[in-house]
Amino acid sequence: MSQDINKLTEDQLDETVRINVNAAVDDAEAELSGVASEAAEVADQAEDSFEAAAEKAAAAVEQASEEDDPFTAAKKSAFASARKNPASDKPKRKRTKNLERGNAIAGILFCLPFIIGFLLFLCYPLGMSLYMTLNRVSATPGQGLKFEWLGLWNSSSNFYWIFKIDTDYYEALGNELERMLLFVPGILVFSFFMASLLNQEFRGRTVVRAIYFLPVILSAGVFLGLESNNQLLSSISDAMKEENSAAVITKTLEDILLSGETGNKFFQYVIDIVGQVYDIAMSSGIQIIIFLSGLQTIPPSMYEAAKMEGCTGWESFWKITFPMISSMILVNVVYTVIDFFTRTDSGLMKVINDTLLIRFEYGKMAAESWVFFLIIAAFLGIVFLIFSRRVYYHD
Amino acid sequence: MTRAEKRKAFWERNRKSGGYLLKKKIGAALYSLGRGILIFGLCFLILQPLIQKLALSLMSESDLFDRSIVLIPKHFSVQSFQNAWRQFSTKDYSALRTFRTSFLLSVAVGLLQMLSCTLVGYGFARYKFPFKKALFVCVIVMLIVPPTTIITPLYLYFQNFDIFGIIGLFNHGKGLNLLGSATPYLMMCATCAGYKAGLYIYMMRQHFRNEPKELEEAAYVDGCGRLRTFFQILLPGARPMMVSCFLFAFVWNWADQVYMKVFFPVTKWALVSNKLLGAADAFNGENIIKYGESYHTPEASLSQLNASAVLIALAPLLVIYVIAQKSFVESISASGIKG
Repeated sequence: MSQDINKLTEDQLDETVRINVNAAVDDAEAELSGVASEAAEVADQAEDSFEAAAEKAAAAVEQASEEDDPFTAAKKSAFASARKNPASDKPKRKRTKNLERGNAIAGILFCLPFIIGFLLFLCYPLGMSLYMTLNRVSATPGQGLKFEWLGLWNSSSNFYWIFKIDTDYYEALGNELERMLLFVPGILVFSFFMASLLNQEFRGRTVVRAIYFLPVILSAGVFLGLESNNQLLSSISDAMKEENSAAVITKTLEDILLSGETGNKFFQYVIDIVGQVYDIAMSSGIQIIIFLSGLQTIPPSMYEAAKMEGCTGWESFWKITFPMISSMILVNVVYTVIDFFTRTDSGLMKVINDTLLIRFEYGKMAAESWVFFLIIAAFLGIVFLIFSRRVYYHD
Repeated sequence: MTRAEKRKAFWERNRKSGGYLLKKKIGAALYSLGRGILIFGLCFLILQPLIQKLALSLMSESDLFDRSIVLIPKHFSVQSFQNAWRQFSTKDYSALRTFRTSFLLSVAVGLLQMLSCTLVGYGFARYKFPFKKALFVCVIVMLIVPPTTIITPLYLYFQNFDIFGIIGLFNHGKGLNLLGSATPYLMMCATCAGYKAGLYIYMMRQHFRNEPKELEEAAYVDGCGRLRTFFQILLPGARPMMVSCFLFAFVWNWADQVYMKVFFPVTKWALVSNKLLGAADAFNGENIIKYGESYHTPEASLSQLNASAVLIALAPLLVIYVIAQKSFVESISASGIKG
């Protein structure tokens, strides 16, 4: 009896399974026909653009032959064309378009202060000073400025004067660029070195970090000019300059290194940087922090993995640290160049200010600062073009 | 385990490892010693001018000419601080008033720059609109234009201030002369054209970009408008970054000499920065204000006076820095992430 019941139930089970399977097959068939009709519909809609239809058909055939599964292929192509079909989702698109326009307006409104400021207080003065570069500008008290057209390049124009006649500016510009080539790599290396020191664990790290950031305040604006007559440092550099003082170790080292035949220029370069270490330390506060934050985003597991694979410290520096902070290097180069050029205590700024305040040559001063500005812009553009493609972003 | 036991265990392990453990330990100790010396030396390099100035200011007059004194004075005196303090005063105003004016101006500038740059930074970070990339290039351009390039045209512009001739209609065809008042510079700050405004925009943009987008999406779904979302949802989270922006703006404005010199001439405004510059000129020249008597001041006491004046001008900034050190440093590290 119980066996019978078992058998019966088994039969029933079989039956139900069969029915289910049949239903599933039916479903699938229905779906297939649905998909096919959908595809046909799509094809109909696409008839007006013959090429598109041909393309879709080709794509469908290709997919079908590739996947050996006509159902999914047909479905996929139908879906794809349905998505591409503009008629089927017109209201939705309109809504998103409205949203997009609203967002664009909101964005412009948020940026409006900057747009106004940029146009009124930067574009206008910049244009005005560009115009001044081409004129002889003379100021008469009570009447404002008088412009006299000179042109771009002739014997009386401002640009001709600053490049061919006045030697001060040319020389100061050369010095400034030379100093920049010395400083920017120096600051980068120094700040990277300091950042990797500060990235290690030791007692009093916060205090040291705070001290390294202090120059951002100490070298701001007015203080920078007053800092330069620093008694102790000037006496040290005096001592270093004395010819006979063989006791000064750096001088001896310098003599030894420079007496060699090869690498003279390189050693001279390094010695120049070392001589400027105070200035470099004073202008690398922000760069240290940027590098430090970059170093802290590198997961330690990377170094562990590299160590397990037998990487030396040198290798893991070039293979892990360097690529991981390459974006920080770009940011730092840009920041350093901007910071270096806009500082107010440089010799070039002094020449430019003298042109204005002592000679009252507005046009020449404008020409001088425009040349300077264009050089910065060109330099930053080159740096950006070279480095931005090589920067590695880890996400 | 007592100390002796520990030591014994260490030697035991060292013997087992064939001297490797000891070598490693000595190496680590030498490394951290070298690092300590290096860090200390470089800290000294940065702090040295401050220490030097402090020592110089505390010397009495006889100590200045004593060759045996390098850093620590024999006779302490605060006379030079008193003299330097007087340098900040004018005929009509006390030195305290100079500091108050400077403080209020820097606070106003800082607040305006912070608010405008927060708005703009948010706009750049979250909204898509035509010419956005070009506009952001303009931010960079603003950063790299040397202030000297635009300072003369700006000066002339504010001498005869007019926006598309609108003001001229009411003022007999002439613009307003805004020079000598604080309006021009405050106007520039409110429209993101102040000193280093591009940097603040960049910092705020970076901050808002790192904020999760879901925050706003949730607000929009719940029916918050764009403005309300910004003020109620995003601003509270941006507060630390805004504080940093304010602090930077405050500090840089306190010490700024480019815009301050032009828009706040020393004849009309007594500010710490232009007073300090004027004092520096006075130190180099001859007309030094010595109350009571006027005599030719030797160079040593001039540099002493200079040092004290710089210290007095720096003191408020140092106090702020010590209190808010964290928000200075952390804002930069937050804004550096992802270039």
